[in-house]
Amino acid sequence: MMLFESKNLTYSHPGQLPLSFPDISLQQGESMLVLGKSGSGKTTLLNLLAGLLQPKSGEVILSGKNMAAMNGQQLDLFRGKEIGIVFQKPHLLAALNVTENLQMAHFFSKKEGQDIDKLLTELGLGEKAKSSVLTLSEGEAQRVSIARALANSPKLILADEPTSSLDDENTEKVIQLLKTQAAKIGAALIIVTHDQRVKMHIPNFVEVKAV
Amino acid sequence: MNLFKLSWKYLTFRPLSTGLNVFLLALGLAIITVLLLIQDQFEKKMNQDAAGIDLVVGAKGSPLQLILAGVYHIDFPTGNIPMDEAQKLSRNRLVKNIIPMALGDNYQGFRIVGANHDYPGLYEAKLNSGALWVKPFEVVLGAEVADKSGYQVGDEFLGSHGISVGSHEHDANKFKVVGVLERKGNVLDRLILTSVESIWYTHDEGEAEPTDSTSNHEEHHMVNLQDSVAVKGFPKTAESRELTTLLIQYRNPMAAIQLPRLINSGTSMQAASPSFEMSRLFELLGVGITLLQGLAVVIIGISGLGIFIALYNSLKERKYDLAILRAIGASRGQLLLLIFLEGIMLTFMGAVLGILLGHTFLSVIISQNEQGVVGSLQPWIFLKQELWIVVYALAVGVLASIIPAVAAYQTSIAKQLTKA
Repeated sequence: MMLFESKNLTYSHPGQLPLSFPDISLQQGESMLVLGKSGSGKTTLLNLLAGLLQPKSGEVILSGKNMAAMNGQQLDLFRGKEIGIVFQKPHLLAALNVTENLQMAHFFSKKEGQDIDKLLTELGLGEKAKSSVLTLSEGEAQRVSIARALANSPKLILADEPTSSLDDENTEKVIQLLKTQAAKIGAALIIVTHDQRVKMHIPNFVEVKAV
Repeated sequence: MNLFKLSWKYLTFRPLSTGLNVFLLALGLAIITVLLLIQDQFEKKMNQDAAGIDLVVGAKGSPLQLILAGVYHIDFPTGNIPMDEAQKLSRNRLVKNIIPMALGDNYQGFRIVGANHDYPGLYEAKLNSGALWVKPFEVVLGAEVADKSGYQVGDEFLGSHGISVGSHEHDANKFKVVGVLERKGNVLDRLILTSVESIWYTHDEGEAEPTDSTSNHEEHHMVNLQDSVAVKGFPKTAESRELTTLLIQYRNPMAAIQLPRLINSGTSMQAASPSFEMSRLFELLGVGITLLQGLAVVIIGISGLGIFIALYNSLKERKYDLAILRAIGASRGQLLLLIFLEGIMLTFMGAVLGILLGHTFLSVIISQNEQGVVGSLQPWIFLKQELWIVVYALAVGVLASIIPAVAAYQTSIAKQLTKA
């Protein structure tokens, strides 16, 4: 049985033609890119896979559970526990320091998750644990947001253009991090991107095409 | 990490805005606290000081002034009344008891009151040390007076003429402290009690000499200093003397109807009822109190609006944060709670600060005004109504957070996160 599968997903934005998406299936530790031009619906697919949007039809199955059939609070909790999302921008909570940002993931998912200090050290952020997130560089902030996605040892890691605002060096670091960490915790990794630098690292991909 | 901590972090992340709102709310609540405390204690004290006094009789003038001077010892007395006329009253069958009083001297602002032993008896006063006066020029100090002056039983001091500080001293006779009263939190705390005779003899020094023959005066003086003073009823004297006020207790309810009219129309004196005059005074003060209450409500309203605006504005900046929280597992309900918690914590701080500020204001007012009636108020007594202040404040917090909280509840995460 596959760890993660999406089947026959369609979605329609209000007043637009319905979008249909290619099926995705991934085993533990596998990674995949979602490619496509701007406006093709890549991000919509990511939102569907994360359960942030309800599909018009189709199924999203993660470790045997169909997310498309879950309701609000159930879905929120399931997402918190089993899915880690890395956004285009780090979107860290400015009022909290680095460790506290990660603790929020534990609190809302009601899950113990990974040891935060250890995780931060692994990601080369050990010294920044108590720093305000406002003092971080762009690359550091993105790594913290990856740490947040990993904090609960999710089964699926989704990344939305995680490298679009990073330089080559940081891009390299971020992709390696995502790959090694996903492999380490046995999660499936899906990266939505149009960044050529990413394609070199992950050969497996699906393409989203606008109708 | 929990929602409380997160709300707290957000509040402290904007210290100026949070501080301003807390302070504004605290100010409004402080005014209400002060009013509450003053009203409660003042009325209690006023009623306590007037307990057992049905009618006050004195020279004609303002009845309110008569009550303030005769019962509360805060205003100037209206004048003197002849003692024979007062004595006639005591024979009236409607009168249960009369306490004659002679006022008009002070010691460093504390009033010296000449009366008989019924007067401390009226307040069920107990002696802390010593005994009540039995001879002329023996005085008993109120607890406050003893504290402030440092006098003990056996000490002597000179009184001054008039009822305010700085008038000329009666230097011929020294008052001798024979007792100190226990603190009861009533008007006696601020008074120096003595016999009516003491007050008369003090004034004889300056005034009587031209009229009386010197030998006569000397003689009668010598005699009187040996004598005991009257501890009940009217002081005994062969001369025509004057008193300042009379405190009257009615024998029956009928007296309340007949006696004031009898006195006001049938004698040169006037009668005033403490309860009537005080309710009249509270009515007058009521306008001011209502005005202050209105002001406090306006300030609280503005602070409520301030909290609403602060939450609403911060919500705009925080839509991403909220979406992220949802993405890492927070439910809509938790976000709703988060915003409500912020509003409630803000107003709770305001309430606590407001109440403390109110009590502090009051203690400052009291320390500025030690010898007035306000001076005997207690600033650190906490009332049950203050719990209501907290409840009101929290209600303001909840009201101010409704719209922002609902907006947070409705935030669409997908839209928010993919906008940028």
